[in-house]
Amino acid sequence: MKATTTRTADRGTDIRTDPEAGMTKRIEVSGLNAYYGSHKAVEDISMTMEPRSVTAFIGPSGCGKSTFIRTLNRMHELIPGASVDGSVALDGQDLYGSEIDPVAVRRTVGMVFQRPNPFPTMSIYDNVAAGLKLAGIKRKGDLDAIVERSLRGANLWTEVKDRLNKPGAGLSGGQQQRLCIARAIAVEPQVLLMDEPCSALDPISTLAIEDLIALLKERYTIVIVTHNMQQAARVSDKTAFFNLAGPGQPGRLVEIGDTETIFSAPTEESTADYIAGRFG
Amino acid sequence: MTVLDTGDKRPGIGTDAVEVGRAGLADPRAASLTRRTLPRQVPWAIAGGGVLLTIVFKLTLDNWALAVFLAGVIFIGVLSAVSWRFEDARRARDRFATSLISTAFVLAVLPLVSVLGYTIQRGYGKLSPYFLSHSMRGVGARDDTGGIYHAIIGTLEQVGLAALIAVPIGLLTAIYLVEYGRGRLAKTVTFFVDVMTGLPSIVAGLFIYAFWIMMLGFQASGFAGSLALMILMLPTVVRSAEEMLKLVPNELREASLALGIPKWRTVLKVVLPTAFGGIVTGVMLSIARVIGETAPLLLLVGLTQSINTDPFSGWQSALPLYVFDQNHAGNQFAEDRAWAAALTLIVIVMILNLAARLIARWKAPKAGR
Amino acid sequence: MSTTTPTAPAEPERKAPAAKRTKVRPGDRIFSGAARGAGISLLAIMAAIAIFLVVKATDALSKNQGSFLTDQGWDPNTAKPAFGVVTLVFGTVVSATIAMLIAVPVAVGVALFITHYAPRRIAQTLGYIIDLLAAVPSVVYGLWGYIFLAPKLLGLHSWLSDYLGWIPVFDKEQAGVTARTLFTVGIVLAIMILPIIAAVTREVFLQVPRAHEEAALALGATRWEMIRVAVLPYGKPGIISASMLGLGRAVGETIAVAMVLSPSFDLSIHILDPGNTTIAANIANQFGESNEIGRGALIASGLVLFIMTLLVNGAARVVINRRKAFSGANS
Repeated sequence: MKATTTRTADRGTDIRTDPEAGMTKRIEVSGLNAYYGSHKAVEDISMTMEPRSVTAFIGPSGCGKSTFIRTLNRMHELIPGASVDGSVALDGQDLYGSEIDPVAVRRTVGMVFQRPNPFPTMSIYDNVAAGLKLAGIKRKGDLDAIVERSLRGANLWTEVKDRLNKPGAGLSGGQQQRLCIARAIAVEPQVLLMDEPCSALDPISTLAIEDLIALLKERYTIVIVTHNMQQAARVSDKTAFFNLAGPGQPGRLVEIGDTETIFSAPTEESTADYIAGRFG
Repeated sequence: MTVLDTGDKRPGIGTDAVEVGRAGLADPRAASLTRRTLPRQVPWAIAGGGVLLTIVFKLTLDNWALAVFLAGVIFIGVLSAVSWRFEDARRARDRFATSLISTAFVLAVLPLVSVLGYTIQRGYGKLSPYFLSHSMRGVGARDDTGGIYHAIIGTLEQVGLAALIAVPIGLLTAIYLVEYGRGRLAKTVTFFVDVMTGLPSIVAGLFIYAFWIMMLGFQASGFAGSLALMILMLPTVVRSAEEMLKLVPNELREASLALGIPKWRTVLKVVLPTAFGGIVTGVMLSIARVIGETAPLLLLVGLTQSINTDPFSGWQSALPLYVFDQNHAGNQFAEDRAWAAALTLIVIVMILNLAARLIARWKAPKAGR
Repeated sequence: MSTTTPTAPAEPERKAPAAKRTKVRPGDRIFSGAARGAGISLLAIMAAIAIFLVVKATDALSKNQGSFLTDQGWDPNTAKPAFGVVTLVFGTVVSATIAMLIAVPVAVGVALFITHYAPRRIAQTLGYIIDLLAAVPSVVYGLWGYIFLAPKLLGLHSWLSDYLGWIPVFDKEQAGVTARTLFTVGIVLAIMILPIIAAVTREVFLQVPRAHEEAALALGATRWEMIRVAVLPYGKPGIISASMLGLGRAVGETIAVAMVLSPSFDLSIHILDPGNTTIAANIANQFGESNEIGRGALIASGLVLFIMTLLVNGAARVVINRRKAFSGANS
């Protein structure tokens, strides 16, 4: 495991006393490899994701973007046989350190999945409150307040406020995905990971989610995987291009930079080819 | 959970956002990523203590079951308490659930292993070619001889006849439900297949008795038993065949129909062969289920100690019935025979199950075939 | 009953290939007729079961000098037959209840262990073993329960009556000579129905979409919380129907009960004392020595058993349907 960076020093170890703490966090990845069994899916990734900004991952299918994003909240290792080495530091604290509780990591780093996955047996209200109830928030008044705030935060409140007790699965696809975002932000994570959040949605819902991302980045470090290059261009501040070194080879980070630069003047030829639609 | 009011008054976000009070909530953002976690060795150490405790209890109370039970309760209690004290409530609950669930598994496996182990232990010694090839004819109450040949014959014939009737009806019913059935009739049939699944075997026996013996005046025979077993097999056959037929992709049917092949030939030549492996598996499993049925046979096949190869006339025996009868006889030799017959029965059931599963694996409809 | 034709308009949920509305070939007509005939014959069998049981039961009931619903005794083979099902129903309900109280939680635990706790490599083998155990014939469980288990449970009987005897159910009036009691029967039944409940529940748990489990985990749920939030609610209808399947087996189980229980017709709430009997076991025990009326009486009791199993299945169906609104519509 690589050593963590100097940020630890100037941020201080007790994040509770830091007024900036609990706002957004910088993610620094260094030398990260991810495996499925003995197969290496992602190789030697080092990059930084800045707070209060959106970092987009683009690249052809199977290049390890989704695998990589799942290493950022330790979801990857839940797949049987999967493993990770390297380090992911959240404001200097290595998520893969031996003293770290993966469950606590997932509370801090929220995730929105490719397909909307509201709990089918729960109402809209209960879906948003699910994480809160687990965290021990039981008082009705508190729950009501946070559920409303989260649904407003996800731009869903006006659409569902009259049917909070209806099943979450009864909403449209785009609404379900915003419900999932509301559920993720209800527990106040510091980072929000989005794994192709619009790939199962229609253009109008996609636009709604993109607007939402623009608002959410005021408060969260956002990382988004997308297949859609226009989307990356629209929503992200930084863009990272991933590619396979060759067939059967692990995925690698080709380059990362300001979105404008990546889309107008990429350093690497393969990035330019991909953006121009010559492969992928 | 510590309640930390950070006094945070961040404005809400989103187009229709308004300010909502923080209501003095714990701010999860302030939560640390590290949690006090028990070292890996601690649960194992507590488990070791539990084992030690079991031995102590066994020595003082002289009862294995009680010792294991008490030590188990103490182990779960101590582990949860330690976790509660040194970790947190959620972790403690998780550890509590984990140990309860693992305990449930052990609790379930012990008696089941005991059933198998004890049957093998008691039945193995008696099982011999002699035992398999002789009947009970002329065997006295104090004789250590006799065997199960007549019972095996009876079981094979009764179950064979039952399958001979149940499989075509069940298969056709499944074809009806999947390929033709719609509307009220199909719904009714589906409903009654469900009802039949829950039919107690003794009730099936009583029905055949009321119908076949009381009403039509036939004598008890192997075939009467077959009829009851047939009723018990039917729903299982329908269910499994239905599942398998549903797995056949529609594209296959459409491809065949598009070639101008009539529907009935499509079903016979395309659909059934595709689902064949699965259907055979289902039939074998349903046979395995009824082969151990005792209750209906008790009312219907009579009981004989001699070989009777004709299932249609005269009384027969059957393996499960033999076990029941020998156990009833109440002497040591009879009890040994009961165990040996029980072991034979289990072996037959296991072989049927294994064969069914091998066929299922070998002939499973492959995706996109 | 069968007014629908094979070419009737398809209902929206039917996915079978739509039959063209063209002239029906003879081959098709014969084949679909045979298939439909098989379905109808299945209905006919069910109808016949109900009718014959009712007819034969009424024969005997009309000769009953006692009250079938309230009499505690069972004397149908005398000149003045008198028999009632109270004791039988009581024994059946009590033994099945004990079995369910033990088997359902343990079976759910077993299913969870196999699907969510056991290492993947051995999970499949464990599931397979449970499936095999579900196939062990009941006569073997009966033999094991009678010869092996009952003597071993004698200690537990006296322990329970010593320490919990102040609860009427655990009060033991007869000195402990045998453990062939309703309590032991309940335990044997629990062991018998456990594999089937566990097997069905395991199937249901395996169907819980990975996405729901990941959603819970991504919220920072522990494994148990993930099970509580995502797995159990999704699996609840399945757990209920598996339990009802098990309950149906426990209620109708004949031979194991007949072998393990030392029966009597004294209705007693003391489950640690030998005595009581169940409908099914009573049929097996009495059938051989009964005359025509006696057998009719047993058929009447069998009809009661049949109705009980119908109620159990019906209850399961109602519970499952009520939860349909919240079932996984987007899974």
